Amino acid sequence: MGIRVENIQKRFGDFVALDEVTLDFPSGELVALLGPSGCGKTTLLRIIAGLERADAGSVVLDGEDASGAHVRERQVGFVFQHYALFKHMTVFDNVAFGLRMKPRGERRSKEEIRHRVHELLKLVQLDWLAERFPSQLSGGQRQRIALARALAVEPRVLLLDEPFGALDAKVRKELRRWLRRLHDELHITSIFVTHDQEEALEVADRVVLMDRGRVEQVGSPEEVYRTPRTPFVYSFLGSVNQFHGRVEASRLVVGDEAVPHDGEEFEHGAEVHAFARPHELDIVAASAAEGIPARVIRVLTFGISARVELEGLNGAAGQHFEAELPRERVEQLGLVAGQAVKVVPSRLKLFERQVTGATL
Amino acid sequence: MSSTLASALPVGARSGRQRRFSVIPGFGLTLGYTLLYLSLIVLIPLSAVFFKATELSWPEFWRAVSSPRVVASYQLSFGASLLAAGINAVFGLLLAWVLVRYSFPGKRIVDALIDLPFALPTAVAGIALTAIYARNGWLGQFIEGELGFRIAFAPPGVLIALIFIGVPFVVRTVQPVLEELDMELEEAAASLGARRWQTFRYVIAPVLLPALLTGFTLAFARAVGEYGSVIFIAGNIPMVSEITPLMIITRLEQFDYAGATAIAAVMLVISFVMLLVINGLQAWTAKRTGRTI
Repeated sequence: MGIRVENIQKRFGDFVALDEVTLDFPSGELVALLGPSGCGKTTLLRIIAGLERADAGSVVLDGEDASGAHVRERQVGFVFQHYALFKHMTVFDNVAFGLRMKPRGERRSKEEIRHRVHELLKLVQLDWLAERFPSQLSGGQRQRIALARALAVEPRVLLLDEPFGALDAKVRKELRRWLRRLHDELHITSIFVTHDQEEALEVADRVVLMDRGRVEQVGSPEEVYRTPRTPFVYSFLGSVNQFHGRVEASRLVVGDEAVPHDGEEFEHGAEVHAFARPHELDIVAASAAEGIPARVIRVLTFGISARVELEGLNGAAGQHFEAELPRERVEQLGLVAGQAVKVVPSRLKLFERQVTGATL
Repeated sequence: MSSTLASALPVGARSGRQRRFSVIPGFGLTLGYTLLYLSLIVLIPLSAVFFKATELSWPEFWRAVSSPRVVASYQLSFGASLLAAGINAVFGLLLAWVLVRYSFPGKRIVDALIDLPFALPTAVAGIALTAIYARNGWLGQFIEGELGFRIAFAPPGVLIALIFIGVPFVVRTVQPVLEELDMELEEAAASLGARRWQTFRYVIAPVLLPALLTGFTLAFARAVGEYGSVIFIAGNIPMVSEITPLMIITRLEQFDYAGATAIAAVMLVISFVMLLVINGLQAWTAKRTGRTI
């Protein structure tokens, strides 16, 4: 079932949580709402669920305007960050809750409910925990039970609010792969909120990037990572090195130095923010003809590639850079802390200054 | 666990549980102190009641505790106390709910007012309530004068006094539990299709029930023992509005110490049994709601 939100506006006092947000969530997709805390992603999710009311705008579920509908009537499954399991009920009773609350006419028989609950528990691979209480489960298990409980009422949409936020890194990774597999099995339209870009890029079919109550970019993980439309998107999706400079023909002038950049169309003399990922930054000797002068602060050589932390000099004074190089390259250059070098970006992404995404 | 260590453990802790390391040690010392303290403050004075009552022979004892006036006082005391505790459980829950869930101007003042019945000398409460509900009082002139329903100097007066002194117990026991009750639980229930009453019945009530029972027990225990506020408003009419504590005082005033302690002993036993039953009920609900597991 498709979801559409139109011109959603929400304020909390003076704080604008959502500012004219319009989005389409196509049927059967798993979409990630990604953004820093306070960007309005959770508020948007809660408005779609009906747990919160928008000040203006509408929520359309499956072609019907559901803006006025109570959460009970929207048939959405909601999974909370802190599970929100009923502590006084066993796992079985938790999952059965939605089925038992149905009006008498629609309620299935005890036997059918039992069958359905076990089916769901098998789906989340926790059938053996049916008689336990939530307090006896690990965080990952609790969240899977919460998901089974939400699926019990056969929701038209599944909404997950930072579902892995309270779990430790390892369980988190396991669970997100598991969620992806589950979605491939069920194909239920799902939206999940996260502030973890890796999680969003890894799990979702589509990613919606939000910042300060606005949508910055929508696209497949590939698209948003490859062609970020705003500096915010670029810097939110990974580590960045930033340069402030001026475009002069096919060169970018940073302070007294100039580095090449590949033919993106900017007017001569335009003031720009230029970005490069750590792996797009090369280090050359200080005597090299071109590059931005910097000093090595730290060299970390564990792992496959080496990471070098640098501090800008001259035109880029006070700036912090991070470069990721093959270890051989670091050894070849003989990099040590304190050494003066030059950095050369192999690929630069330019954004005109003052744009900062406000034109979207 | 080695047997020497096990034998060093106090009886209660031995069964099934291993001795755990704790940051603040001293189980033996604190338990010893607890027992001594309980003995000095509670057990010895109470046993004196029973001891004194043994001065009576069985027939004398029976006569002292089963005269019609005394039996009527048991009925009023325990009946009105249970009813008052029940009413307090309902309205105390409502008060706690309002105080926890909503914010409104003057909330802190209302919150402070709840404790007032704790602080007020009970005699003052009794006089104030009597002044209000008597036939010429603020409320009494309408309720008794117009409607003909008698409150002061009648059993309803006793009930009102007992409700008054019991309010804080329920509110203060339920409040912290309500504060900890996550709104997300209600949202989860609603998203699963539960109606409001279902959410209350199946999600909120089971969590609140143990605390509510504690509040009920405390309010009940306090009401049974209440004397000061009741005697002013009750009117103390024999067979109608005499409470058991008053019967004890009456005996004392007649220097019938043994008779007084006999009634007191009966009262103690009834109270103890009732508290035991309520505590058992509480343990049962707590267990059923998965708390002790």
